[in-house]
Amino acid sequence: MQDTNHRTILRLLPVVVLLLVASAAVRAEFGDIVLNNVSEQEGMRPVIFQHWFHRIRFQCRVCHNELKFEMRVGATQVTMDQISQGRFCGACHNGEIAWTVENCDLCHTGKPGLTTRIQGGHQTKGPGIW
Amino acid sequence: MWFAMDIKKTRRVSKSVGIALLTGMFGVQLAHAGKWLPLNKDGLHDRRSPGLELLQSPQDALGSLPTDTAGNKVNWSRAMDERLIKPRGALAGDKKVQILDLNIVMTDTAGHPNVLFPHKVHTQWLDCANCHESLFKSKTGATPVTMGSILRGEHCGVCHGAVAFPLTECRRCHLLPQEG
Repeated sequence: MQDTNHRTILRLLPVVVLLLVASAAVRAEFGDIVLNNVSEQEGMRPVIFQHWFHRIRFQCRVCHNELKFEMRVGATQVTMDQISQGRFCGACHNGEIAWTVENCDLCHTGKPGLTTRIQGGHQTKGPGIW
Repeated sequence: MWFAMDIKKTRRVSKSVGIALLTGMFGVQLAHAGKWLPLNKDGLHDRRSPGLELLQSPQDALGSLPTDTAGNKVNWSRAMDERLIKPRGALAGDKKVQILDLNIVMTDTAGHPNVLFPHKVHTQWLDCANCHESLFKSKTGATPVTMGSILRGEHCGVCHGAVAFPLTECRRCHLLPQEG
């Protein structure tokens, strides 16, 4: 009887493992980005930048040409000083187009420990260098 | 008898593997293919983050847009063409964006269907300078693009697989039959 129980457990093991893997995976939206070059060092949660939200409102060219964001995650060093001076995120997040920099908790929403990279869903898994 | 036992065992094993696969697929399905998860379940946002409940949910933002089978599950180009979204082309003012209606056909595809690159849909989102001259030389064929480079996140792979439709969608680019 005990043997049968063990076998049942063994049989269910892959199911449990797969379920755990599936539930632990990042299920963020395609194109979601974690920015944590400096956030956690400075005592803040990482920033989660969501392309899907922003592209409804702006074409790619606005950030990736006009505002000079490199098209490579983390390649543009963005600091709160620059943002406060109206550069990068600060070009919109100035209280006129979008919320101001005082609303720390609206951008710094990431889980501690996340690394800077595109972390969106399972199809955002091409190269490792994004 | 041993033969019968073995078959029974094999059946059991394949049954459990089958169940595992199905469950896994179901889990992955739930995890990824599902329309849009709330932010507090996406694995990136910290549930304890005080600002979280103020942010727009993907379901709210994307739910009414034309659907797609990959990426954000949104057909962004259709959404823009149908003016369901009107993303600005500049931070301020009425700067006219430059749209180029020019198709490029890439034929060096190792036997796969040729690639059709439409400038139009790309210039609806991007400036010429986003691709030229750094990612792509303006002269057709002058930039050696390979699936390897794309998979490494160069050339088309700077966007496709990151924010534009993913690299699983071969036929969206490789769509022209080879001649001959």
